[in-house]
Amino acid sequence: MWAYLERLWHRLGSPRHFYDLAGWWLPWLAVSSLLLLGVGITWGLLFAPPDYQQGHSFRIIYIHVPAASLALTGYFAMAVAGVVVLVWRMKMAEVVLQSIAVPGAVMCALALFTGALWGKPTWGTYWFWDARITSMLILLFLYLGVMALGSAIASPVLAARATAVLAIVGAVNIPIIKYSVEWWNTLHQPATFKLTEKPAMAPEMYWPLLVCALGFYLFFAFVVVLRVRNAVLEREAGARWVRELAGEGR
Amino acid sequence: MVFANLDELLHMGGHGPYVWVSYGVSVVALAWLLVAPLLRRRALLRDIARRARRDANRNPQED
Amino acid sequence: MHPVRRTRLLLVLGALALVGVAVGLTTWALRENMNAFYSPADVVDGKAPVDRRIRVGGLVVAGSVQRGGEGLHVSFDLTDGKGTFTVNYDGILPDLFREGQGILATGTLAADGRFTAEEVLAKHDENYMPPEIKEAMEKGGHPGAKAGATP
Repeated sequence: MWAYLERLWHRLGSPRHFYDLAGWWLPWLAVSSLLLLGVGITWGLLFAPPDYQQGHSFRIIYIHVPAASLALTGYFAMAVAGVVVLVWRMKMAEVVLQSIAVPGAVMCALALFTGALWGKPTWGTYWFWDARITSMLILLFLYLGVMALGSAIASPVLAARATAVLAIVGAVNIPIIKYSVEWWNTLHQPATFKLTEKPAMAPEMYWPLLVCALGFYLFFAFVVVLRVRNAVLEREAGARWVRELAGEGR
Repeated sequence: MVFANLDELLHMGGHGPYVWVSYGVSVVALAWLLVAPLLRRRALLRDIARRARRDANRNPQED
Repeated sequence: MHPVRRTRLLLVLGALALVGVAVGLTTWALRENMNAFYSPADVVDGKAPVDRRIRVGGLVVAGSVQRGGEGLHVSFDLTDGKGTFTVNYDGILPDLFREGQGILATGTLAADGRFTAEEVLAKHDENYMPPEIKEAMEKGGHPGAKAGATP
């Protein structure tokens, strides 16, 4: 088992093997994510009951919570890839780090945008400078920083190290976002899902949320794999296997 | 379904605009996330193939 | 692990720890400002500044909402269990405003303890449920049923 995992790790570390292996995952990720997203969103939008206080505006939760959760998870994954870049100098980790930045930034922006649209009918305002919302805005800037830094430095090795440092340093913001609603007074309510407790939400409301969240995670993985494969093609453009692959395409 | 008719579904008790704009923008964003790398892949492969052909023409003894 | 890699890993983790401590100290130093609002107890105890725009958050006391004769004037008591004071407001209340509900009010506290709000926002909590279940819970004798948000 351990030997197998180690072999898998080494294979994933090689761009070519990663490209091939990830090619196998793609159809599964595509089908499962689109299916779950379709079911989850239809369920949440049309069949989940309205909230006793918020009415139908609470349906925004089916986008807002998965997007926010992915924005945090994506950044965490970027920071982990950053550690691998700095410590092991692994090429694939550089590629993964850069490939997460754009989808992560989109998720973060979606969380902020849907949060604002949810805030207006429930709180009475689109925006409020409390610890949760502000730290989430900082996360968006960190994502944009990683994207900008990656494209501003011409040398791929230097760009990878610089973005790795920013990704790791910015990870300090993750626990702040997560616990802001507990450490300080915020307008934002505490987390809907906690690992340790039963959610304070009726089952007919949280089942669609779970389906949506799973769909979003698989979709994110799908998109990141697509981007990683593109980046591999770009970096290995001179390699014979890439040229052969490109030649087959026509 | 919790809505009796299309009108009710669109209106959502006055919260319709907030909900529908949220979902609409999200669908556009996800679609872009999906389509952008697929288009990029096509462009990349075309580019690589073109360069490979050019190199092959320039020094035909190689490869 | 290769010793060079171990050193690098320790350096990275060390740097991260240092940044964490720096940010932790900064937020600790700013803790008053990190809070979005004062509690009613702060207002009653005189911890909230007078004649400055401040925010207060608490639960609306049931039965305390009084609508004034003219215009949109409304007054209600705000509590957190440790202190209670009265908020005066001229304006439109958010949809979620109701007795027992958590709210945030922005306004100024006069020296005589009279609080005038310019804006009232509703807070809500992480309890989501369909209306029928809420009704059933109330009938079943769970009057609170964690109705409003706890600030």
